[in-house]
Amino acid sequence: MKLESVLAAKGPQVFTTPASASIGTAIAALARNNIGALIVVDEAGIPFGILSERDIIRHFAAADDPEKATVGDWMASPVMVASPADDAEAVLRTMTSRRFRHMPVVESGRLVGMVTIGDLVKAQLNEYRGAVETLETQLMDA
Amino acid sequence: MSGRADGSQGLDVAIIGAGPAAFYAAEALLRDGPPGTRVDMYDRLPTPFGLVRHGVAPDHQKIKTVTRSFARVAENPGFRFFGNVEFGRDLTLDDIRRHYHQVLFATGAQTDRRMNIPGEDLRGSHPATAFVAWYNGHPDFQACEFDLSQERVAVVGVGNVAIDVARILCLSREEMEQTDMPRRVIDALSASRVREVHLLGRRGPAQAAFTNPELKELAHLADADLIIRRDEAELDELSRAELEARGDHLACRKVEMIAEFAARPAEGKRRKLFLRFLVSPVELVDNGGGAVGALRLARNRLVANESGALTAEAMGEFETIEAGLVFRSVGYRGVPLQDVPFHERWGVILNRLGRVLDSETNEPATGMYTAGWIKRGPSGVIGTNKPDAVETVAAMLEDAAAGHTLAPVSCPQRDFPALLRTQGCRCVTFDEWRLIDAAEQALGASEGRPRAKLASVAEMLACLDAEGEGPSRLASAAG
Repeated sequence: MKLESVLAAKGPQVFTTPASASIGTAIAALARNNIGALIVVDEAGIPFGILSERDIIRHFAAADDPEKATVGDWMASPVMVASPADDAEAVLRTMTSRRFRHMPVVESGRLVGMVTIGDLVKAQLNEYRGAVETLETQLMDA
Repeated sequence: MSGRADGSQGLDVAIIGAGPAAFYAAEALLRDGPPGTRVDMYDRLPTPFGLVRHGVAPDHQKIKTVTRSFARVAENPGFRFFGNVEFGRDLTLDDIRRHYHQVLFATGAQTDRRMNIPGEDLRGSHPATAFVAWYNGHPDFQACEFDLSQERVAVVGVGNVAIDVARILCLSREEMEQTDMPRRVIDALSASRVREVHLLGRRGPAQAAFTNPELKELAHLADADLIIRRDEAELDELSRAELEARGDHLACRKVEMIAEFAARPAEGKRRKLFLRFLVSPVELVDNGGGAVGALRLARNRLVANESGALTAEAMGEFETIEAGLVFRSVGYRGVPLQDVPFHERWGVILNRLGRVLDSETNEPATGMYTAGWIKRGPSGVIGTNKPDAVETVAAMLEDAAAGHTLAPVSCPQRDFPALLRTQGCRCVTFDEWRLIDAAEQALGASEGRPRAKLASVAEMLACLDAEGEGPSRLASAAG
């Protein structure tokens, strides 16, 4: 299965932030939209970093004055991106082994979506459920 | 909870399409929906079951047994099927809005993706879906002409559809006589002069999308030797590492089988089926008469991209293979529906958990939903559509409970068939489909086959019109 299949049923909405935004603004955006990460984009909308809950926790624990921090201070950069044509299973494996949970998806340089590890696990689970359903139906109706 | 214009309570849902996702959705709606839920399923063909009828290979009859569980859904008193009704022509979105609380689009991925290479549109180059639909008796494709006088055929892609196409091209007459293909198709394929079929995969054995049973079948065809080049069967380092990381024993077995088949000597059968890896067509070459005569192939190696996926990269080496007939099977996409938002690049209806998204606002469009391949693209097996459809139905019922539905001004139960735009539209009910089904099975039985498909709408309707006149007339209409 390709990532575009996962994105198609998730919607194209991606939440982005400029690097200059304050951490407080970013946290408010995460809470308001019930999401776990913001993609950091430049003026042209090109992603160059990501700010996840985990980044916030790690930096907050070490920060002297967290209220003064900006997204650019605490983001992870550069950010790994995937293509809509990439195999979902391979991307899931990469995210598991590299221990991150959000992958921006870029097509022809343009940000077109983001997949989370939860999206990919759900898609994989549905593939397995589908295979079981098919085999079971064949056995029952044989 | 939704009320109807006639004062009764319940949800009226229209489903466009009658393939697996449509039936799984109908099943979930009728099981989990509020009391009084009714489902009307529309399909442009007189026959239900979508790709189970027109996509699943005709020599894989066991897979088609899933239609028995779909037929059980059709027995629900809240279910109606109206075949031979085309959305956009006989029934528009406005008509649906006036009569239903919700509409679910499950029209599948009906067409091929393009390869975008020179020569792609030369005579003799066809989308694999057209060939599949032809040999499976899809009425819209019976006029297609495939030049089976050619000795060499190339099938681009190594997914299960590509494998089906290659296998069907290699079947012996005896093997074809076990299928449900229309007689005319069996006759045409039996007269074919095809001697070589080249299946072309862009990546390596570990990435091939076909499943192990399909591969095994290729190796045991009565009339064709499976030939795999040893150098292409060998795993590269990246694939080896990927396989180890995946721990997927089925993929490992596939790679082992490919290596075993590569080491096997040919038995001198009438046809040769070449399974190639790490090659991509870069051009279809004109034979001088406006038809395809050869394919120029680039040889590939695998590289890992940033996200860890292995992709094919051209090495700068080329080869040319002769082929007078080409089937392109490099992916599938949906077809846009009138007045329904559509994502052109990915060929799907963009959605959130099955709720169709308005293309301008990216917010859910009230009362509109989607399921199956038109929702997520072509992935998975038939059963994968079940969790997919159940997810969409959960969203539908949540919205219905919150009162977020269309606001019908009349009832489909009362207005059908007057709600159809085309006066005199001859719609086919599920009971009528059962008559067509019985006629096809009877015709098949007379030839020692599981079924012989009727391949034109006219034949199907003639079969229904003959029904009142006794079994002999029915059989002659079917014949």
